[in-house]
Amino acid sequence: MAFIAFLILFPLLPAVLLLLVESPAVRKGIIIISAIAIAVISVDMAFAAPKNAAQYVDSAFHYLDNILIAGELILACTILYLCRNLPFKKYWIPLMVVLQTGMILWTELSGKLHDVKTQHVFFYDNLSLIMAVIIGVIGTLICVYAVGYMNQYHHHHHEIPDRQKLFFFTMFLFLSAMFGIVFSDNLMWLYFFWEITTLCSFIMIGYSGTEEAVNNAFRALWMNLLGGLAFAIAIVYCVTVLKIVELDDLLNSGKSAAIILPVVLIAFAGLTKSAQFPFSGWLLGAMVAPTPVSALLHSSTMVKAGVYIIIKLAPAMLITIPGTMITSGMMIALIGAVSFLACSCLAISQSNAKRVLAYSTIANLGLIVLCAGVGSYLALWAAILLLIFHAVAKALLFLTVGTIEHQIGSRDIEDMHGLISKMPRITIIMLIGITGMFLAPFGMLVSKWAALEALAVSDPFLPIAVIFGSSATLFFWGKWMGKLIAITNVKSDAEGRICHEEWFVLSTLAAMTIAICALFPLVGTYFIEPLYGRDPILNKEHIIMVAILLGLVLLVPVAFFFNWKKLRNAEPYLCGAGIKDNFSQFTGSLGTKEWKLSNYYLEKYFGEAKLFKLSVVVSTVLIIITFTIVFYGAR
Amino acid sequence: MKLLLAALAFVILTPVVCGLLAGFDRIITAKMQGRYGPPLLQPFFDVLKLFEKENLMVNQFYHSFYLICYLVFMVASGILFFTGQDLLLVIFAFTLADIFLVLAAYSTNSPFSFIGAERELLLMMSAEPMLLIAAVGLFMATKSFKVGSIASVADLNTILLLPGVFIGLLFILTIKLRKSPFDLSTSHHAHQEIVKGVTTEFAGPSLALVEIAHWYETAIMLGIIYLFFAGNPVIAVSVVLVAYFVEILIDNTFARFKWELTLKSSWAVTFIFGGLNLIVLFIIEKVKI
Amino acid sequence: MSFITKSPWIVHYDGSSCNGCDIEVLACLTPMYDVERFGIINTGNPKHADIFLITGYVNTQNVDVIKNIYRKMPDPKVVVAIGICASTGNFFRECYNALGGVDTIIPVDVYVPGCAARPEAIIDGVVKALGILDQKKNKTYVAPVKPEGVII
Repeated sequence: MAFIAFLILFPLLPAVLLLLVESPAVRKGIIIISAIAIAVISVDMAFAAPKNAAQYVDSAFHYLDNILIAGELILACTILYLCRNLPFKKYWIPLMVVLQTGMILWTELSGKLHDVKTQHVFFYDNLSLIMAVIIGVIGTLICVYAVGYMNQYHHHHHEIPDRQKLFFFTMFLFLSAMFGIVFSDNLMWLYFFWEITTLCSFIMIGYSGTEEAVNNAFRALWMNLLGGLAFAIAIVYCVTVLKIVELDDLLNSGKSAAIILPVVLIAFAGLTKSAQFPFSGWLLGAMVAPTPVSALLHSSTMVKAGVYIIIKLAPAMLITIPGTMITSGMMIALIGAVSFLACSCLAISQSNAKRVLAYSTIANLGLIVLCAGVGSYLALWAAILLLIFHAVAKALLFLTVGTIEHQIGSRDIEDMHGLISKMPRITIIMLIGITGMFLAPFGMLVSKWAALEALAVSDPFLPIAVIFGSSATLFFWGKWMGKLIAITNVKSDAEGRICHEEWFVLSTLAAMTIAICALFPLVGTYFIEPLYGRDPILNKEHIIMVAILLGLVLLVPVAFFFNWKKLRNAEPYLCGAGIKDNFSQFTGSLGTKEWKLSNYYLEKYFGEAKLFKLSVVVSTVLIIITFTIVFYGAR
Repeated sequence: MKLLLAALAFVILTPVVCGLLAGFDRIITAKMQGRYGPPLLQPFFDVLKLFEKENLMVNQFYHSFYLICYLVFMVASGILFFTGQDLLLVIFAFTLADIFLVLAAYSTNSPFSFIGAERELLLMMSAEPMLLIAAVGLFMATKSFKVGSIASVADLNTILLLPGVFIGLLFILTIKLRKSPFDLSTSHHAHQEIVKGVTTEFAGPSLALVEIAHWYETAIMLGIIYLFFAGNPVIAVSVVLVAYFVEILIDNTFARFKWELTLKSSWAVTFIFGGLNLIVLFIIEKVKI
Repeated sequence: MSFITKSPWIVHYDGSSCNGCDIEVLACLTPMYDVERFGIINTGNPKHADIFLITGYVNTQNVDVIKNIYRKMPDPKVVVAIGICASTGNFFRECYNALGGVDTIIPVDVYVPGCAARPEAIIDGVVKALGILDQKKNKTYVAPVKPEGVII
């Protein structure tokens, strides 16, 4: 299919051009034109392509294998080269690279592939199309945003060397690799693209070159390589034992117990990539990267590759492990539940906006993993909708935090007090993002609703985790909103300094957050339901109820334009003390005093020190149990 | 048409019924304290008086606007409930309404309102799990999330299957009715450490909106209690009244909790009574099969 | 007849009283007198209150506080000066820090005499204030002219 070839190959062209071009104006032109091209083609493909069964692309040329081998080698050499100044003697990192590349090359070159069916290389179905639209539209929007952002970033951080050429090269290389992941049917190719995203993430986290950034980059690298290693083992197992190298064969191989091991290994790779516990540490460390990177790689797309593969494997995870009563999906769902519950609670204790967003990202990915692990039709429906809504709203939130950080010089939520008085428009955009994440008629909550209804059918443990987790979510989003909307008298002209690209991207994403909420029944009907060949899940009543609520909520902004009756202004009550004009000082009997309003963080209960370690331990135990019973079952 | 009438009846009757209930509440409270107490219609006098008063602003923004949203969404979630829609959706809409109250308090940028708003969020976080667990529990017992079908299916068996969930819900009812020991964020009684918490800055008609919304809130909460006994309306109404009386008794016998104890106790009760009830129910069903 | 007379809410401020009148104000809330019979509630928040009860005279420290509380009460509102100090400043009026009775800084509608004022007198004063509230609500209230040079 020309579409697939275009989407995978075309981003490489601007990537290479951007590596060569010096002039900022030309760079901007290239980025905007290629962004438009990728976005248009991906959307067009989603609407034009047939919607019912998965379509496959056969391998047309033999030298495709040679390209793969060359690519693998280049990739491995690049990572090894970047490992030349390893911190803290982490020798296992290059060792893992050598090991997994060795395994893949051995599989490729030893002739084991000869008696394996290698017919399909690429494919697409509705899930890939949804992912492609997310990558194609949100990914390119973030690239456009980065044009303005990176200029300001280097303006604010003189100490960081300007490596924008490398930055944009990596961004577009990453887009290409992401398209590769969602369209690959051959596991070897899937693995190849998978490792490219690991490399991109590594380069981007270490972008600023500070000691902290480099350390975090290596942490992200080894955790993702661990997933890659599991993936490589799965491929070797598939090829040598099962004689399979294609994803669809793995899923449609008669659902025998033999496929459990590779499926669990690949799902494990998915867990590392989507930063589920015990691997959540790398995503938090990744927040040192420039904000567009956090938005693109670490919330909207790359981490979604992990949950994408888990959703893909969901039917295979429903097979009961021999000798036990449980399925591998149950264990994966439990790990997702731990991540969702723990990260929702941990986010309460954070005041750094990006860390709150990072925790919330891990939590939502955990919810998707949980739904995929349960694997019922309604649960998968909820998982895919979560994936869509989360990509839009979270990208929006990350980018607004980036813009605000450049204007107020801080990413701390405490410093965003009274932001609506200083930057009303940007704050309203941010409020749209936040409401999109946790309030009723908006996307995330619709999916949570579906998820709860799906989970209530199976067993009560998962719903209890989801219920407690989503209550914690309510608290930290609520207090953040409160900080933003407090009215102060401080005025600022900061909004005028925000560049056009940022405005365009932010307002587009805000509009999308609302639009998707209105259009989600259509997404369900035209994309998700044909995917599993079932009847529409939403009945008319559900849609009407959500529509009524949405209509009411959309009436809310109307009030801002209404000319309210002017009332007598009496300042806040402070037990009779006089309040000064700037709303942060009062005059009492001891003269004029400052006051400052600060949120609750409940450190004692939701602090990182204890809760994070506890969740790592619990989830590690769960993973060990999973592998133990899977090995036991496979024997 | 029938739904429309139900919605209309809810909108009109709730203030009357819950206002009277609040009137009885104040008389009974007074009797418990050895006082005579106000007239039965006092809550109506209060609200009507508040509408006669001047409304005040605290800054350039008209915060009553959020309170209008609070009332509108509270009524909307009540309508969803009393026309028999999905219980989870009702709870989510209910939360949305509450968020608007919190936002109104935050937007005033007043220290007392701000602390009140933080505490109100904390109370929401404390109460929300139990409400959702009640919804899941009712689903497990009646195989439906729709209030309409739960009400038609619920019988004596429902409460026998869900005793823990019901106890947990009674615990949460104290939070939602803003009764002591959980009246951290705002209180009907004078002299609390943060003046009036959330409602400190709301004068006249603004405060009236909060009062009316609170009546609707009470109706929804009592409605959920009713749902457990919906098979027999006589028993159900008497249980609701007894529950309300117990809340008044608790209100008059407990000192206010700190936020830590509030959060810990409500999550513990939710998990021990609500969560374990669900798990036991699950095991019973497995054994049956 | 407006509803404001059926539900008068009170905010009570202790200017620089000797606590005698304060105790008597609080005594009104006890089961013995139970002012909630008349719908009276002590709110502790001027933004919710209709009646402002002040005990004690005005001094340089609390003059701003009293003005502040008065301004933050929504209309219609009345001020009741409880006890002789609040009414006239009593024998403190010549003190170095005293400004005099409450009416030196805000308009007072009802004066309740006594040292300390008895609860019955306070309730009587509040009930009298209700009539004025009603008039203020209907905009028929005419403030009486204060006689000059009278020292009670």
